[in-house]
Amino acid sequence: MRHIELPSRIESVDEAAVMADEYAKSCGCSDEITFAVDLAIRESVANAVKHGNKFDESKMVHLTLNNGPEGFVITVRDFGSGFSVDDVADPTNPENIMKTNGRGLLFMRSFMDEVAWEKPVDGGLLVKMLKKR
Amino acid sequence: MADITITERQAGDVTILDLVGKVTIGEGSVALRNTIRRLLGEGKNKILLNLGGVGYIDSSGIGELVSSFTAVKKEGGVLKLLSLTQKIQDLLAITKLLTVFDTFDDEPSALSSYN
Repeated sequence: MRHIELPSRIESVDEAAVMADEYAKSCGCSDEITFAVDLAIRESVANAVKHGNKFDESKMVHLTLNNGPEGFVITVRDFGSGFSVDDVADPTNPENIMKTNGRGLLFMRSFMDEVAWEKPVDGGLLVKMLKKR
Repeated sequence: MADITITERQAGDVTILDLVGKVTIGEGSVALRNTIRRLLGEGKNKILLNLGGVGYIDSSGIGELVSSFTAVKKEGGVLKLLSLTQKIQDLLAITKLLTVFDTFDDEPSALSSYN
């Protein structure tokens, strides 16, 4: 299991992805799983930095990785004011296809087997993702 | 080290950009945006993006491709894609953007399509 706390800046996305890549490879994960984990982490950490903590570097992003019996589990938590996942427009709807953002959740859902959001009682948003073997 | 290297070539009136590296949030996306803006400022609006050397692209990078496509079209030009890796094809398919972009596997076919 790995845990890291990252400041809310864009560079943290790469830092998280590098750590995840190293961990996934050390666990013997396949290229397919490593790619999915990398993509999901980049998208979720970017969301936490941008939309969760809104680049407030006094707020950290908590990332946990665990290659457990059910598969590769990722949790990403921010400490922002949260948002409703249901309010995010479907980027594949014709009226949204040419928008320049809004595809991160789609990628997370497409490449991971399970994606769930929780609102911790002490604030922020936590996303938990599972990639099965 | 930079996330991405962009090399520019000219084939007639088509500008080919060979991208090598990652088109991701931050430096990679910004480099592509700046290059497209500069080309449009120089009046070069027939652009072919060679993505054969792009090993990785995220949702921000996909957004930058869309933004570039729109900016070029607004200037009366056209932006097409060359040599998509399987992963990039998958991402464009998921986002339904394969129906938006003209994509090509080989450079001669791509260049002749501008005529």
